[in-house]
Amino acid sequence: MKPIRIGPFSTRVDVASIVVSVIAWVVTLVIAAISLTLGDYEIPLAKVLNTLAGNGSLIMTDVVVNNRLPRVLVGMGVGAAFAISGAIFQRLARNPLVSPDLIGINAGAALAAVLMITVFGTAAGWIPAGALIGSLLTATCIYLLAYKKGIAGYRLVLVGIGITAIVGSITAYLLTLADIYTAKSASMWLAGSLAGRSWPHAILIGITLLVLVPAAVAGSRQLRLLELGDDLARTLAGRVELSRGLLIAVGVGLAGLATAAAGPIGFVALVAPQLARRLVAERVAGLLAAGAIGALLVVASDLLAREIFAPTALPVGVVTAFLGAPYLLILMARANRVGRGG
Amino acid sequence: MTRSWGGRAAGLLVAGGVLLAVVLLSLVAGNQWFGPHDVYVAAADFTGSDTDRVIRYLRFPRTAVGLLAGAALGLAGAVMQGITRNPLADPGILGVNAGAALAVVVAIGLLGVQSLTGYVWFAMGGALIATVVVYLVGSVGRGGATPVKLALAGAALSALLGSVTSAITLLDLSTLNEFRFWVVGSLTLATGSIVTQALPFIAVGIILALTLGRSLNQLALGEDLAATLGTRIGLVRVLAALSVMLLAGTATAMAGPIAFVGLAVPHVARALVGADYRWILPWSLVLAPIVLLLADVVGRLVARPDELQVGIITALIGAPLFIALVRRRKLAEL
Repeated sequence: MKPIRIGPFSTRVDVASIVVSVIAWVVTLVIAAISLTLGDYEIPLAKVLNTLAGNGSLIMTDVVVNNRLPRVLVGMGVGAAFAISGAIFQRLARNPLVSPDLIGINAGAALAAVLMITVFGTAAGWIPAGALIGSLLTATCIYLLAYKKGIAGYRLVLVGIGITAIVGSITAYLLTLADIYTAKSASMWLAGSLAGRSWPHAILIGITLLVLVPAAVAGSRQLRLLELGDDLARTLAGRVELSRGLLIAVGVGLAGLATAAAGPIGFVALVAPQLARRLVAERVAGLLAAGAIGALLVVASDLLAREIFAPTALPVGVVTAFLGAPYLLILMARANRVGRGG
Repeated sequence: MTRSWGGRAAGLLVAGGVLLAVVLLSLVAGNQWFGPHDVYVAAADFTGSDTDRVIRYLRFPRTAVGLLAGAALGLAGAVMQGITRNPLADPGILGVNAGAALAVVVAIGLLGVQSLTGYVWFAMGGALIATVVVYLVGSVGRGGATPVKLALAGAALSALLGSVTSAITLLDLSTLNEFRFWVVGSLTLATGSIVTQALPFIAVGIILALTLGRSLNQLALGEDLAATLGTRIGLVRVLAALSVMLLAGTATAMAGPIAFVGLAVPHVARALVGADYRWILPWSLVLAPIVLLLADVVGRLVARPDELQVGIITALIGAPLFIALVRRRKLAEL
């Protein structure tokens, strides 16, 4: 942390965090550019860049700008959203396992969205609204059920596992009711997929980030205070419950709307803040660094998902689970060994 | 409830009577109701009428699979709770069913295995591997395998296995079509041949599990004391893992991954007969099929003419119990 003073204004700048963020975004853009060249047929990078600059032929513009670009943008956006949401939850609970994907918030959003898909079809704009309401309802349920003279991290996670089981079985039931093609598209979506994402999805996640990230960053001072413990935070800042509530709402909104745009891509919210924390070598992850790492993770995983079994593309969520779940097991084993687990 | 030997045995007989009644209910209840006489005719005096055929080829196998899968899951849950001294242990929560499910999907979807005797081996292999991984990850470090660590390891492993499973099913539309009805946990896919093929595996698993009562009682005192009392802890663990593999693996192969039966039933048994595993095990064996068959009957009746699959009913009943257990203050207490 370096203090910076310009006239009457002063702020502290975390140099390591900025360096990590910038590097992560540069790598993300490189991978994104590679992604744009690959697809049903390859387009040389120069042509892609030319098209993006507005000088491409009609077909090129259609393929690159209308087809491939939104997919990459949605990938970056939801990666950042999931990761920032994860960082908020992990820091609020002071527990690396409390992330929206493990405590069932993504599952709640997914149930609501599958309901919308089976009732209204994939094209409808109902999915985001449903996912947002679903995630908020689920989060409220989990919070109330886990509340018992305060919130303990592990109780939150275990209650989340229980809620995930209920919500997941209802989702599975909805899938048995639908016809097989609806079930297929809902299953693709449930695995967490960027396939067929178009501009409306990109705009949705873009607006989400524009509104909620500044709110999250504004709340990060409060976050730092809350990490000191409720008593100390109350002495220093006053209204602890209010700022915690607002931060939770921001975190739930990010996870819910990212789920609406790309399905419940697992483990990004869990892993990205932890990676960011280790890269920055801080005790906690900065929100923006976590977001940058999250974008990188999703865009890179999507490239892998498309290329491993090409021409058959896997949903990106399968790859993130493959990378993330072993990391979670290692994280737990390590936490257990030093005696912090359970 | 009396905790004397006679009281527990008499109670077990009563529970057995209830089980018989539930079996009969499962045979007669459904979209079409039949009388007990119809069941007798279909069994002893088969005429080939529609009623006879529905009872003989749909209700009989369905009830038999419910009976076997219920007994297997309840007993597997009781053994897991005993061996890990963990009130949250359940083949569904600890990822054992997810391991079996993935192996079955690999066998059916990728290797083209058709019969239950073919893929039940995969299911048991998957169940065993998942059991070992969850136990190893959950028991690293101070305090050994605490309830929280095991439940988390199970959730993480389930997420991983589930996403691999979905990747395989998404590659092929017809696999997905079968899978989506199986993965909710359902007795509707039962046939007579599934029952006869699964029976030997379940029977061996049940016998193995029932021999563990005394050892589990001693383990409940703590490993050190159990070793002093002459329990061969390593052997007991291996036998327990084998029985869980046989029971949970076969049950999943038959009826899909059904969660929470193995969690809830041993707790009910414990509340009725106390902490003695020599009684908890047989009681779980009798109570679990009652629960599963009742859940199935409820699922048949609430959404007529459609059905709610039994796995959904057990999750709706079992998950709140799980949350209630989590909210209890002393989680480690068992």
